[in-house]
Amino acid sequence: MNLPDTQSPVVRGISDLSGPLLSVRNLTTSFVTSRGKVRAVTDVSFDVDRGEVFALVGESGCGKSTTALSVMRLVPPPGVVDAGEILLDGRDLLALDRDSIAKVRGKQVAMIFQNPLVALTPVYRAGAQIEEAIVLDEIPRAEAWRLAVQVMGDVKISDHEERALSYPHELSGGMRQRVMTGMMISRSPKLLIADEPTTALDVTIQAQILDLLLDLRERNRMALLIITHDLGVVAEIADRVAVMYAGRIVEQAGVVELYEEPLHPYTQLLMRALPRLGKGQGRLETIAGSVPSLVDMPPGCPFHPRCPMAKPICSTQEPTARRLPSGRMVACHLVED
Amino acid sequence: MKRQFSPRLLLRNGQLMAGLIIFMTVLVVAIGADYLAPKAFDEMDIPNKLQPPGESGVMGTDQYGRDLLSRVIYGSRIALRVGLIVVVIESVLGVTLGLVAGYYGGWADRLISFLTDMTWALPPIVLALAIVTALGPSLNNVVIAIALVSWAGYARLIRSKTQSLKNMPFVEAARALGESDTAIMFRYILPNTFSLIIVLATLSLPTAILSTTSLSFLGLGSQPPAPDWGVILNEGISLIFNAPWISIFPGLAIVFTALGFNLLGEGLRDILDPRMKV
Repeated sequence: MNLPDTQSPVVRGISDLSGPLLSVRNLTTSFVTSRGKVRAVTDVSFDVDRGEVFALVGESGCGKSTTALSVMRLVPPPGVVDAGEILLDGRDLLALDRDSIAKVRGKQVAMIFQNPLVALTPVYRAGAQIEEAIVLDEIPRAEAWRLAVQVMGDVKISDHEERALSYPHELSGGMRQRVMTGMMISRSPKLLIADEPTTALDVTIQAQILDLLLDLRERNRMALLIITHDLGVVAEIADRVAVMYAGRIVEQAGVVELYEEPLHPYTQLLMRALPRLGKGQGRLETIAGSVPSLVDMPPGCPFHPRCPMAKPICSTQEPTARRLPSGRMVACHLVED
Repeated sequence: MKRQFSPRLLLRNGQLMAGLIIFMTVLVVAIGADYLAPKAFDEMDIPNKLQPPGESGVMGTDQYGRDLLSRVIYGSRIALRVGLIVVVIESVLGVTLGLVAGYYGGWADRLISFLTDMTWALPPIVLALAIVTALGPSLNNVVIAIALVSWAGYARLIRSKTQSLKNMPFVEAARALGESDTAIMFRYILPNTFSLIIVLATLSLPTAILSTTSLSFLGLGSQPPAPDWGVILNEGISLIFNAPWISIFPGLAIVFTALGFNLLGEGLRDILDPRMKV
């Protein structure tokens, strides 16, 4: 889709096209509760290159959604971003005021949400919701409607001209996810964040939506930041992966390397917990213990109470993320350079 | 899943049907007053004054020999027009304040909620009396006064509805899309409250008509010879024992209209949102 470029001067700004598209540096986000400040994201750093598919993986509550919402500057109160930089084309999104960030959303970075069943307004027709997004680029209504119907086709909705006139409750879950995806890509953002885009859908639809996202990435030359707990999804579409545990990135690597040789004990255990066909090994392995509560973090490495290989140093000193000679990143005392 | 709006549901709801019929009757009478009224509302006929219902007119005549039926018929225009204007002003005011309070929260919410509670706590007619006395008696001032004392119900309802809607994922999605706060309030949240507003507006229309007629009855609203139902009632009150029909018929007209709108409002509520309590 070729929309005229109506970026405001504010948004165009100074852009650094040589570096990564998105660069998150030492991001720390916390929630202010009656029991004090709870850190949901601690010192997270990662880069997403242009056109790349980057996955953030982790259990529920590990801070992956909060990381994504921090990038969108949509962390719900009482959450606050305490520290860090979020550079999009070299511009720090955390430094923008309310109006400027609204101009970045949708146009530069957009986000699709977990539950497509309630992510559309019940009172507007599907096509009209996409049209709402398109008119933000100051395109006249009639033209916007035509483009909206076209977008419905782009996200592979069958009978899209007819479906554009349907209300959300008349559409299936998969179709609603496509409509929301259409809304979000209609302004051709450079980065699309997808927070558990397939969790609420059944397996056959999941595969279709993932294919659609990859296809759209190719066509719109956008980068994808996928948030998921599903290592299967990661294997299928990601180029690079960051594994999160208790608000920290514990390991970061290319998808093939990570699957072939997971370095962090947590990643290794996650891999072993994956069901595999034909091995006949009986029950699935689980990781003993549970995720530490964010209000009551163990000292040292947050994973050491569950780690089968923990050493004395692990319970006293928190490992910092290191870049290995191979270019991979890992935060563990046990990994040798 | 929302219930589908269907004509069948409409027919099955007796309250709604009765309300609708009364509403249509009043509407037709108001629009067709020029054709339905046998005489002009201010045409005096002194020799025929104070005639009881019968030969000289279905509802009789008043102390100036004016045909009461014609006056009551023309009165419906005033009642409907004034009621609608009041409802439009109070709902725009209340809905806007409720949206702002519910959406932004914080000090805006505290200020608006304080105003709402203040307005809610004072007896509306007394407050309206004070405002009209300050502005001077006229129908326009009565409209302003009634609207100023009755927006609080809208503000409260829309505030709480906005508070729950603003956390819906579709609002978050709108934000991720780059919509401004104003656009989110008016294009995403407001349309989702329309069914509430329609019901509340229908239910507050009879109150608006009753309040304005009361003030006209007290001599603060429409001035004679306007055929305002309140004015006619007032004119009849001193003759209540000699010519009770002068007061009875406008009184019945008020009751009939108010009843109709109440039935309509409650019927609509049952159809649009059965769990709502207004």
